[in-house]
Amino acid sequence: MITKFAGSCRALAMSLAVFGSAATAVPAMAVDFTGAGATFPAPVYLAWAADYKAKTSSSLNYQAIGSGGGQTQIFNRTVDFGASDAPVPQDKLESNKLLQFPTVIGSVVPIVNLDGIKADELKLSPTVLANIYLGKITKWNDKAIADLNAGVKLPDLAILPVYRADGSGTTYVFTTYLSDVSADWKSTVGANTSVKWPAGDGAKGNDGVAGTVKNTKGAIGYVEYVYAAANSLTTTQLQNKAGKFLAPTVDGFKAAASAADWDHSKNFAASMINTPGATAWPIVSATFIELPTNPKDATASAEVMKFFDWAYTAGDDTAVKLHYIPLPKDVKDRVRAAWKAEIKDASGAPIYK
Amino acid sequence: MTLETTVDGPDGGASPTGTGRSLTSSRGAMADTAFRFALYAAGILVLVVIGAMMVQLFIGGLPAVMAFGFDFFTSTDWDPAPDHEHYGAGIMLYGTLVTSVLALVFSVPASLGIAFFLTEVAPIPSRKPIGIAVQLLAAVPSIIYGMWGFFIVAPIMKDYIQPLLIDGLSWLPVVGELFAGPAKGTGVFTTSLILALMVLPFMTSMYVEVLESVPGVIKEASYGIGSTTWEVFTTVSVPYGRTAIIGATMLGLGRALGETMTVAFVIGNAARISTSLFASGATISSQLANNFNESRVGSLLQASLLELGFTLFVISFLVLALARYLVRSRLQG
Repeated sequence: MITKFAGSCRALAMSLAVFGSAATAVPAMAVDFTGAGATFPAPVYLAWAADYKAKTSSSLNYQAIGSGGGQTQIFNRTVDFGASDAPVPQDKLESNKLLQFPTVIGSVVPIVNLDGIKADELKLSPTVLANIYLGKITKWNDKAIADLNAGVKLPDLAILPVYRADGSGTTYVFTTYLSDVSADWKSTVGANTSVKWPAGDGAKGNDGVAGTVKNTKGAIGYVEYVYAAANSLTTTQLQNKAGKFLAPTVDGFKAAASAADWDHSKNFAASMINTPGATAWPIVSATFIELPTNPKDATASAEVMKFFDWAYTAGDDTAVKLHYIPLPKDVKDRVRAAWKAEIKDASGAPIYK
Repeated sequence: MTLETTVDGPDGGASPTGTGRSLTSSRGAMADTAFRFALYAAGILVLVVIGAMMVQLFIGGLPAVMAFGFDFFTSTDWDPAPDHEHYGAGIMLYGTLVTSVLALVFSVPASLGIAFFLTEVAPIPSRKPIGIAVQLLAAVPSIIYGMWGFFIVAPIMKDYIQPLLIDGLSWLPVVGELFAGPAKGTGVFTTSLILALMVLPFMTSMYVEVLESVPGVIKEASYGIGSTTWEVFTTVSVPYGRTAIIGATMLGLGRALGETMTVAFVIGNAARISTSLFASGATISSQLANNFNESRVGSLLQASLLELGFTLFVISFLVLALARYLVRSRLQG
């Protein structure tokens, strides 16, 4: 199913590209540029690309082949930029001469399948969520869950934790959160795009997780908010660092984004996991672009920056419509400054002006 | 030059004075040499491609073997997290073998039954439609089987069939372990059932070929001395074609071993080994399908995945080679 999605993305990107090459003959300055990587931001990149094409006739060919594939392609310089959900480690960025910057923010939300439980009705604490995924809490009427949910009738039913079987940025974000809230999780499982899950079932893609949860009474899963919102899934409340129970809302994600420590984070890999604000949703993360600091094609590189510059300025509405969270304004300005300072052409002059 | 001669050849043959075509003419001889050369090239190309693949997988997987040694094939610890990264193929090897063998347990009796029905019992006019229907099963793409398995079969298994088996069998000593709950629908058991359906058309057509090769005289002689249909089946047809039947079964096994999309959908993708057939698992191919996209070039994860692929290659190769040998020795003899 994710393949189908990626396929349609590719088809769209390809048609954009075809369109582009036909159009290049007419207006001057139209540039075709390519990117590959993360599937999570693909819908917003494609929407932006369509708008950008209408405005400038420059066209982006974005292939949603997965973050790992995107990193491989940009390391090999077969595309103009790579896209990745999990930030690329600092040493890899340096050895491959890449600048990393965020584009939009997304969040991960738990979903459940329980009779009589409505969306955002069930309350979960970080410890309970971690213990469910550790396989330590196995029944829905466990005291730990019942204590959080006075007045909610919980069934005597086995819990099936559902996770992403394919490596994914979503899993990276979710396991980073669980590592942050549970020392036990951190030492036995850890955070990565895929991990050794102590309990439960794996399914492919957001839609696979949602499908498995839908198929199984008593299942709990985690998906991108974008996906949960578009499909009206039964999300839950989650207790944040300040101890408040929150339903997943765009305001909560924004609060997390502005609470993040952008000042002290290298390559914009600021953590938005478990930020302290009273209204901040605890599982929030940006998705990233990797751009060569020594591009072999300066025109395409300039176009990539022009494209994201335009998206930062004029693309917020499109992003919000698709349930993504735009970056805070000061972060955007920092990214622009980084472009100017770090991306140089062959003569050493900055490409972004 | 080559192209020209090959184009000329059929022209000459199709000309109204067709009898004028001479194979001994120098032109014909040259065309023939070129044709033979092309055939050799095609044949050798296949060998080269297979060899290159094997070498490439072997080299790609080498870092994993260097890092973990023989432990890679026996360890059941598949853990990609950076702090305690470790890869062992044990779970996937187990999952691959269990699902494939269990698929054969389901499909061998069914295929053999259909094949015998088609060759001996079914009224002649109905043989063709049934045969075609069986063949059509093979035309269904594996992703469709996967989606069907996930959305239709798994819920049915969970609600009706697995509870029945759990209630009926899980109290038994030892065997009961295989049928321990909970009923989730997805898992090893459901995967094997769907795999069985997927290899069934292929195995059925092989069996039909084998059973048709049993000389009619022997069967008629057996009927003549008063054998029932069941007795002819068990004492004449099956023993006569035994080796080829085993070979055909191995070919089916070879197919089940490598099946990917369907398995990735229904097996539950858990890197754990469980004694219960209703539990989740993973196979080599499902593990590859799930993890290859996100593995970085040069990473230990990718090397381990390539080593998994190499292992599957070797297993399939051995199974298919053995199967071919058994089938050939019978059908040709």
